[in-house]
Amino acid sequence: MIGRQFLITGMVWAIIGGLLSSLFRLQLGWPEATMSWLQPLLGKWVEGGKLAPEFYLALVTMHGTIMVFFVLTAGLSGTFSNFLIPLQVGARDMASGFMNMLSYWFFFLSSLIMFASLFLETGPAASGWTIYPPLSALPQAIPGSGMGMTMWLVSMVFFIVSQLLGGVNYVTTVINLRTRGMSMSKLPLTIWAFFLTAILGILSFPVLFSAALLLVFDRSFGTSFFLSDIYIAGQALHNQGGSPVLFQHLFWFLGHPEVYIVIMPAMGMVSEILATNARKPIFGYRAMIGSLIGISLLSFVVWAHHMFVTGMNPFLGSVFMFLTLIIAVPSGVKVFNWLATLWRGNIRFTAAMLFAIGFVSLFISGGLTGIILGNATLDIQMHNTYFVVAHFHLVMGSSAFFGLFAGVYHWFPKMFGRMMDEKLGYIHFWLTFLGVYLVFMPMHYVGIAGFPRRYYSWTGFDAFSQFADLNKFISVAAILAFFAQFIFIFNFFYSIFRGRRATENPWNSTTLEWTTPIIPGHGNWPGEIPAVYRWPYDYSKPGSEVDFIPQNVPYSQTPSSNLPYERELAE
Amino acid sequence: MAHSTTLQPTAAPAAYADAPRTGTWDGGNEPFKASYGKLMMWFFLLSDTFTFGAFLTAYGLIRHKHGVYEGTAKAFHFSSAYWPTPEKVFNAFPGLHGMDLPLAFVALMTMILIFSSVTMVLAVEAGHRMDKADVQKWLLWTILFGTMFLSSQAWEWSHFIGGHEEGTRMADGTIMYGANLAANQYGPPLFADLFFFITGFHGTHVFSGVALLVWCFIATTNGTFEKRGHYEMIEKIGLYWHFVDLVWVFVFTFFYLV
Repeated sequence: MIGRQFLITGMVWAIIGGLLSSLFRLQLGWPEATMSWLQPLLGKWVEGGKLAPEFYLALVTMHGTIMVFFVLTAGLSGTFSNFLIPLQVGARDMASGFMNMLSYWFFFLSSLIMFASLFLETGPAASGWTIYPPLSALPQAIPGSGMGMTMWLVSMVFFIVSQLLGGVNYVTTVINLRTRGMSMSKLPLTIWAFFLTAILGILSFPVLFSAALLLVFDRSFGTSFFLSDIYIAGQALHNQGGSPVLFQHLFWFLGHPEVYIVIMPAMGMVSEILATNARKPIFGYRAMIGSLIGISLLSFVVWAHHMFVTGMNPFLGSVFMFLTLIIAVPSGVKVFNWLATLWRGNIRFTAAMLFAIGFVSLFISGGLTGIILGNATLDIQMHNTYFVVAHFHLVMGSSAFFGLFAGVYHWFPKMFGRMMDEKLGYIHFWLTFLGVYLVFMPMHYVGIAGFPRRYYSWTGFDAFSQFADLNKFISVAAILAFFAQFIFIFNFFYSIFRGRRATENPWNSTTLEWTTPIIPGHGNWPGEIPAVYRWPYDYSKPGSEVDFIPQNVPYSQTPSSNLPYERELAE
Repeated sequence: MAHSTTLQPTAAPAAYADAPRTGTWDGGNEPFKASYGKLMMWFFLLSDTFTFGAFLTAYGLIRHKHGVYEGTAKAFHFSSAYWPTPEKVFNAFPGLHGMDLPLAFVALMTMILIFSSVTMVLAVEAGHRMDKADVQKWLLWTILFGTMFLSSQAWEWSHFIGGHEEGTRMADGTIMYGANLAANQYGPPLFADLFFFITGFHGTHVFSGVALLVWCFIATTNGTFEKRGHYEMIEKIGLYWHFVDLVWVFVFTFFYLV
């Protein structure tokens, strides 16, 4: 239930976030056009047919905030951790149902505040999703640093509380509530991913909490934590001795683990879906767990690669560069394992499988540019250009979205007892997949040419006018890809009520959630909770007369396919 | 995809050897021998550690950016040019006006808080024995010590805000007494900002701890835990209380000792 609440709230946010991006893509694609037709929607922000520059900044800020936090953090791990953890580890429910509910309602409250800030007269927060001070700390600097920023911070505080409540619940459930026989090395990779994601959240969000509180004090109570030596409108401020770079350190100590909080649940679900639909065991199960752990550990020691141009000591920069590039190792392990899982598989191209393969593709394309940006020297050239925008939209934005879609298509039967329409799923996949590449591939070129991100208009720079057609192209692709998502929305809601009825185990999957009734009631299993005897990836096991053996089948029932050590266990 | 080919486990595994494994981490039990509630408290405290860690790191970084006083202890005077020496700032004691007692009062506060941890342990221990009267007694002592600590902090703050009698001549020629968030007589503005913020944040934690203890006391008196058959709630709140105590040790070290 709570999973579904998170999912639907996340979908509403995704539509809002996508709509905002369409608006600023309109501005970037057709900077000279008259936009008075948007007046009914945006009112004074398009006075005289031109999008207000302050509003443009607010649009990119809110697009980032909404997508990163509200959709890909709460909507993704909120949905699937709450839904899948109890079902896949064999628990009646999450450890604390009450805290679970609190975590949703804190998220809801935080959503309400953020949503209300969109309608402020001075506009929502406008200093980028990273809300760097001093811009975000000084209400007199831009309209967006007024009430909009205050509400942003308040909303984020509630959001962090929600994350913490959810996180401790996920972790304790995985530790304490696994069913008999479900050792850590028999957990599906989804659970490993959710488990480590929750740990990252527990350890990194509190640091954002600290940064946000300090910023609240700087904004509202006259402290100088992040402020020093500032003249604004010809007046010297009293603030002395603070450091805006300190904020960046605190922010990115969350900010970098945050991208793994976004991507790891998707990785887990993709591993599961690839194995199920390739009818093969996941390649390198233990290596997959090891690489997830490796990524989690490394994610805490690389944050300053977002800050190569803050004037840090070049030696420190090279340390962070070294650590950053090491992440390519576990990421590479995962990618090759996914490819090896697909290799010579008996692939069933379900909609979920297409999105899972799409995820792998996007993760590779986006990951390669990560190696470029991780290099301090190259980053100085690329910093704050569209190259960065293209990189993270591919590797964490679109990839995580693909993981989300794959998860929804795959577990929809368990959530709603009906199947989603496969044909519409194919159309949705191809439009989205092509859309994403058509948007972000050209963006790399624009970025290499030095086109800076967050600029309202580039028509004043001769160097960039040659990219007018490319920008127009990107905008068309982005807006089309946005509209393609309504196919999914339609499919989703139509299938809830009218979809084909699901069977108990429509994908012939081995994990425990498919041993429950079609719609699991309270307590998930009507009788005793099944015990677990084997790992979750017994697909196409040699010697077996069936092509999948669920986790709750003891070895004594599968004499034909048991390996030598398993034979010992059965006797 | 025919359903008939699907393997379904039969009713119960016949052979004993086929039963699921039962090791510590094999599922079906609590690997840390702790209930989910206690685990949650531990993870919350871990998270809170990072919150305080971030504040103290910020403190370290900002302090490092500021000048250091190089002269002799005798010649020390307040100036916004360098970070003040804590013994010169915190040298007052209630009722002993005009005496130079460096860190005496904060040492007393620290003692009070440490004593509250001792009484907390005794309350938890009494809970294990299911001794309602003892739990009540030790909870009351803990609440008392907690409240004493908060009151002392209130005095400490008001003295810090009120300032030393002589005051300090500031850069603009005026004489500044005490401290606020924008300026203070002791040193750079951030000295007071960080003091207020971090001790305030810790004080808020102590305050919520006292509130939780009061709630525990009421629940104990009403027999809620007795009916439940265990006093685990006291244990959980106790974990929190010790954590807050431990954080104080760090705050004390960074703000008063070094």
